[in-house]
Amino acid sequence: MAYDKFNVLTSTAVPLPIENVDTDQIIPARFLKATKREGFGDNLFRDWRYNTDDTPQQAFILNNPIYTGKILVGGTNFGSGSSREHAAWAIYDYGFRCVVSSFFADIFKNNAINMGILPVQVSPEFLEKIFAAIEANPNTQFEVSLPQQTIVILSSGEKQTFNINGYKKNNLLNGFDDIDYLQAMKSDIVSFAATHAI
Amino acid sequence: MSNTPTTLFDKVWDAHVVRKIEDGPDVFFIDRHFIHEVTSPVAFLGLETRGIKVMVPEHTFATADHNTPTINQHLPVEDPLSANQLKALEQNSAKYGISHWGLGNPKNGIVHVVGPENGITLPGMTIVCGDSHTSTHGAFGAIAFGIGTSEVEMVLSSQCIMQPKPLKMRINVKGTLGKAVTPKDVTLYIISKLTTAGATGYFVEYAGDVFEKMSMEGRMTVCNMSIEMGARGGMIAPDETTFSYINGRELAPKGEAWNKAIAYWKTLKTDADAEFDVEYNFDAADIEPMITYGTNPGMGMGISKSIPKGADLKGGTATYEKSLKYMGFHEDEQMIGKKVDFVFIGSCTNGRIEDFRAFASIIKGRKKADHVTAWVVPGSHIVEAQIKEEGILDILTEAGFLLRQPGCSACLAMNDDKIPAGKYAVSTSNRNFEGRQGPGSRTLLASPLVAAAAAVTGYVTDPRDLM
Repeated sequence: MAYDKFNVLTSTAVPLPIENVDTDQIIPARFLKATKREGFGDNLFRDWRYNTDDTPQQAFILNNPIYTGKILVGGTNFGSGSSREHAAWAIYDYGFRCVVSSFFADIFKNNAINMGILPVQVSPEFLEKIFAAIEANPNTQFEVSLPQQTIVILSSGEKQTFNINGYKKNNLLNGFDDIDYLQAMKSDIVSFAATHAI
Repeated sequence: MSNTPTTLFDKVWDAHVVRKIEDGPDVFFIDRHFIHEVTSPVAFLGLETRGIKVMVPEHTFATADHNTPTINQHLPVEDPLSANQLKALEQNSAKYGISHWGLGNPKNGIVHVVGPENGITLPGMTIVCGDSHTSTHGAFGAIAFGIGTSEVEMVLSSQCIMQPKPLKMRINVKGTLGKAVTPKDVTLYIISKLTTAGATGYFVEYAGDVFEKMSMEGRMTVCNMSIEMGARGGMIAPDETTFSYINGRELAPKGEAWNKAIAYWKTLKTDADAEFDVEYNFDAADIEPMITYGTNPGMGMGISKSIPKGADLKGGTATYEKSLKYMGFHEDEQMIGKKVDFVFIGSCTNGRIEDFRAFASIIKGRKKADHVTAWVVPGSHIVEAQIKEEGILDILTEAGFLLRQPGCSACLAMNDDKIPAGKYAVSTSNRNFEGRQGPGSRTLLASPLVAAAAAVTGYVTDPRDLM
């Protein structure tokens, strides 16, 4: 389904300076039993966020009211592991619309865009600047512009561009999705299938 | 036909591109689609909402595996949420005319075990499933990879997904593998060298005589783990080993179709001088039985070595220290001699007959250590039947092991097969992430031989000492 359009997002950010955040941390497998897409945000980062007795783990960043916002900033290789789209659903359901990292796992990145979450890949140096800016002031605002393909640390004006292919960019800007596109070219697919040997 | 030398990957990929979108992905045609209970319900819900049918129901195959119990499968599933997912898979399959191998069906088992063993997985195909270990099927010279649920919906509705073509990597392993060095050790070794993100953005071809000499089961183990170094998938050129594995399987081509298929499959190899974006070479003699010590599959080492020092590694030491703290290990420690609480043999990585033969070769004539809980879980009913036919069940029983029923089981602990917090499990599965096998569980990934050695001694043990 098509989700919210993404254009320019200005928000504070939640820092998670951990490398290799895998999909089992984002949403543990035991919480994948729903047959609907909604509600996964409650268990986002479940085992880091809650103690075994279900009380909040105070040291975890999502339990610290100082840090809020629609941008999640993670360490390098964010989203490695499983193909579960539930990881993107949980991040979206919690309220994030953008994830920033210096490197993303492939399937997660795809799943995020398909969910309407913008993955923004920045250099390791710029990622450090973002973490430092949030550490200095948790209220630091960031501006993520999809049309410009830029992320700006508004307190300092430091800016970096990010890549996204033109097709996906257009989808996110307009709230289109791949299924609409594929349905529209169905006759081409049917012709292809007819001549395809396997 | 152009005369430019091309890779196996290019040949298969290019034959499946329906449309190239400028500054965008390829519209990529899918030959076979596997679905299971966890990542398909929302895709079917999407079809309902949009009012779209399944385009080619006979090219999608459903099996229940992630969420199924591994004992008493004849009884109703106790967990209502799991039962609901299983029911949804059954109902959706029935509604759209998709063949469904649910609990109790003699063909039921882990999706990446049952696809190949029933002859669904064939060379030159494109194969996807809402499961990252779909890379397993690359062992047959197929392009196979995991997809998200939105893409499951795309395949159901249009038999296509939108994929940018990945870069190409070739990993050559040449020479002769040493004693007790199995395909699992080869893959854990490669991942330890490349790291958990070292192949992200690439599709891998495995080449060299180590893979040429490897069985199909072994090749599946290697391709299965491709995702653990970030690769979308991995593949191995089909050869006589591939053809003889497929020949006679229930859904494999027969008669004239078989001859035609073989002729095509023989063209599926990388031309001499074809170029890869990156290439790695490893020497088989450098690989010993492997074990992981940390919380991602790249944190592996030869079993006789010591845990590396964080300062010697690339990447952040804070994350490294967090990982060792979670595991309760320290830098520079030996893994051999560490007490083991649980042993798990099974999963789409090591749940095939060859894995149970290897496991049995060590436990034969020995007894399970008293303090070890062992879960022996076949990948499918067909594997289970082979275990019985070959007398492996007798060896297991005599050594004090119980054979469970097929499923993903403790690999991801969606069912009741959970490793308790703080406990150590030597596991033949594919991921040692924090809590992967249950909240607080501590996983040591290893081969079936290393798992067997741990099961009978109760400690991390070099299997070469028991052979």
